[in-house]
Amino acid sequence: MTGDARTRRANRAVAVLGMALVWILLWGTFSWANLLGGLVVAGIVLLVFPLPPVVFAGRLRPVPLARFVAWFLRDLFVASVQIAWLAFRFGYTPHGAIIGVGLRVGTDLNLTLTAEALSLVPGSLIVEVDRAEGVLWIHVLDVRDRAEAERFRQDVLALESRIVAAVGSPDEVRRTTEGGVL
Amino acid sequence: MSAIDAVASAFIVAGALFSLAAGVALTRFPDILSRMHAATKPQVLGLLLVLLGCALRFRNTVDITTLVLIGAFQLTTAPVAAHMVGRVAYRSGLQRPDLLVVDELADRDR
Repeated sequence: MTGDARTRRANRAVAVLGMALVWILLWGTFSWANLLGGLVVAGIVLLVFPLPPVVFAGRLRPVPLARFVAWFLRDLFVASVQIAWLAFRFGYTPHGAIIGVGLRVGTDLNLTLTAEALSLVPGSLIVEVDRAEGVLWIHVLDVRDRAEAERFRQDVLALESRIVAAVGSPDEVRRTTEGGVL
Repeated sequence: MSAIDAVASAFIVAGALFSLAAGVALTRFPDILSRMHAATKPQVLGLLLVLLGCALRFRNTVDITTLVLIGAFQLTTAPVAAHMVGRVAYRSGLQRPDLLVVDELADRDR
């Protein structure tokens, strides 16, 4: 996980290609002019808005990635139905809880991906992030007691495991599968 | 009306219903943190369903690529927006302790 010049360049190349892809999607049709225009615009964006380097130490694994996406869509659906149901339950006040969950892989990328995915799945909202410690404080909706909050903590760690299995490095995968819960 | 159009209509109506639920939840939930839940989940799913319905209806690449982009940016920006609002609300003391069974963040700050 050293931020040496070579990985830095590789990350920049990924960013340029990603932005060029968005550019082509915006135009809707692929042409060499669009590709060239996209690359130029992406290069200018990177020059004008330099960002701190994102360390991507892992690699994409298609099968765990597909599993993560499937779980994510299922969770998003369940969450939406749950909130829609709560919305029409008149005379019932949903209680919440704020719990702190220490992630086992505290890299910026994992923290961001986990936080993004969490916000969209059942009953969770990120209230505060401790980047140095790798801790997410999560507001959980419709929690009645402490035991339910604990169960949610396990769900968060399971979600993190799925993300790391999809994009993490072998070392990170080992850390999440050995069950070293903070 | 072909079968695909029927499916497209079903997706669009389902998406609209989820968005309606999100709106109702937004007005009915007791505090700002709960409301942010309503602003992210059913609303995002509702939009995705509407986009899916539109994609099935249009069936040409120029429109579908735009729809894909709308969906992708919605998925990435909605959580960030909800987090920012929730964070500011919590820091300004707008959370309602009577609605929280556990508040570990308050325990840390104590």
